[in-house]
Amino acid sequence: MSALTREETQALIQEVLEVYPDKAKKDRAKHLAVNDPTLEQSKKCITSNRKSLPGVMTIRGCSYAGSKGVVWGPIKDIVHISHGPVGCGQYSRAGRRNYYVGMTGVNTFGTMNFTSDFQEKDIVFGGDKKLDKIISEIDLLFPLAKGISVQSECPIGLIGDDIEAVSKKKAKELKKPIIPVRCEGFRGVSQSLGHHIANDSIRDWVIPNRDHDQSFVTTPYDVAIIGDYNIGGDAWSSRILLEEMGLRVVAQWAGDGTLSEMELTPKVKLSLIHCYRSVNYIARHLEEQYGIPWMEYNFFGPTKIAESLRAIAARFDETIQANAERVIAKYQAEYEAVVAKYRPRLEGKRVMLYVGGLRPRHIIGAYEDLGMEVVGTGYEFAHNDDYDRTLKDMGDSTLLYDDVTGYELEAFVKRIKPDLVGSGIKEKYVFQKMGIPFRQMHSWDYSGPYHGYDGFAIFARDMDMTINNPCWKNMKAPWQK
Amino acid sequence: MPNVMIRKSESGGLLFYVAKKDMEETIASVETDTAATWGGEVVLTDGSRWYIDPISPPPVFPTTLRFKRAD
Ligand code: SF4
Repeated sequence: MSALTREETQALIQEVLEVYPDKAKKDRAKHLAVNDPTLEQSKKCITSNRKSLPGVMTIRGCSYAGSKGVVWGPIKDIVHISHGPVGCGQYSRAGRRNYYVGMTGVNTFGTMNFTSDFQEKDIVFGGDKKLDKIISEIDLLFPLAKGISVQSECPIGLIGDDIEAVSKKKAKELKKPIIPVRCEGFRGVSQSLGHHIANDSIRDWVIPNRDHDQSFVTTPYDVAIIGDYNIGGDAWSSRILLEEMGLRVVAQWAGDGTLSEMELTPKVKLSLIHCYRSVNYIARHLEEQYGIPWMEYNFFGPTKIAESLRAIAARFDETIQANAERVIAKYQAEYEAVVAKYRPRLEGKRVMLYVGGLRPRHIIGAYEDLGMEVVGTGYEFAHNDDYDRTLKDMGDSTLLYDDVTGYELEAFVKRIKPDLVGSGIKEKYVFQKMGIPFRQMHSWDYSGPYHGYDGFAIFARDMDMTINNPCWKNMKAPWQK
Repeated sequence: MPNVMIRKSESGGLLFYVAKKDMEETIASVETDTAATWGGEVVLTDGSRWYIDPISPPPVFPTTLRFKRAD
């Protein structure tokens, strides 16, 4: 099917909205839009970061998920306590695939689940005593943990526990940073506020730790990678490019990151932001407090990688700029071979994305490098500034959907009939059963990395493997043939 | 009276960021922007108007300042 025109896309949105009652229709209409790349500001066409409509199936997570799952969780050498009932931590344990090196349970704790396992009596009498006790137990059992973060689940805020007081007391007693995070799930409209809260707790409890310690030897080429969660090894395949360019990566957040890397971040010369949505708060703070400039970059697909490497190099001297060119040239044969191999198999294929807060715009370039076209995209928890950045990346008259409901996404896909849908685990089986090739774009579908030149080769292979899989031809039941 | 962080954008303009609301806008005009003072009425590209008592000498950006809504 050829691309839809502006009118057709508009009509499609109207048609999909038709089933809702009036009030719901009015609300949802604001979140669905036809892209117009000539606009400068997204708020003219789309509303975002609003409370989801009660009664619809939203795909969003909670604030605790944004803090424990996204920003804090991957910091590997501190223990993150899921403070509250056992489920929040247990059902999300180790599902995110943020890789790290280390001996789990000895000096790293990424895939483990620590919880205070609240029972009725803790809700009635308060859980501060229990928190005090488990912090001591953790210190006894895991002496190599560099610190502890307390990630609040819903009940903590509801019963009014004072986790800050307990944290301060225990930090003094154990001489380790203990970081209370007020990321109760009910705060905000999505995981986005959890990112913000996590950033604020890093700002208050971690960043100033070494303000008076000048022993760290700095170089003019120190940078920090912020907002790369090392899904399937993403940060590693990004980091090598920066290092080959002659930069020194002092800190890597949060994927495969450590507490001391976070503490050293204020000593760098430039913060490099990959996931803008989840870490822009801390980048702004570092700029204001320590004068560290920040910039966004994109390591998906050779076009964007080259663009980003050059933009990063432009912030440094000529040696680095020459090195950037050398790095791009070094990988040229490699990525051209990837494009030569897969582009003919993928040319013209159409993709619909629905991911979190960054990838719906960041991956577009990688698809375009393979000759594919993104015809619809949307975010779970983006804000207007994310859509501002998206308008230019998407083609004219393509579909934008914010906090899309299960029903809407299905209806759009049925009508647009893309060759590939990229979204999360909750959407995967729905679309596969509809006979549409699907990739999970949160966890890379148990593959990865997708960042950097090495990642691009894997990305291209995965897309080909999914779209051109012979199974899609056998979707019809034998008696229907 | 929100706290607003003012920072320079890559193109050299000024950005107006309200952390509480996660709102970032470009500043279209500043009433007084001289070597000696900065402030007065600030208009954003979305049309909203804000006010801050003129500061002298001008602050070094990025910095956080308290603004009032002017309309
Ligand atoms: S909303 Fe509350 S109870 Fe549910 S997962 Fe998040 S923190 Fe836990």
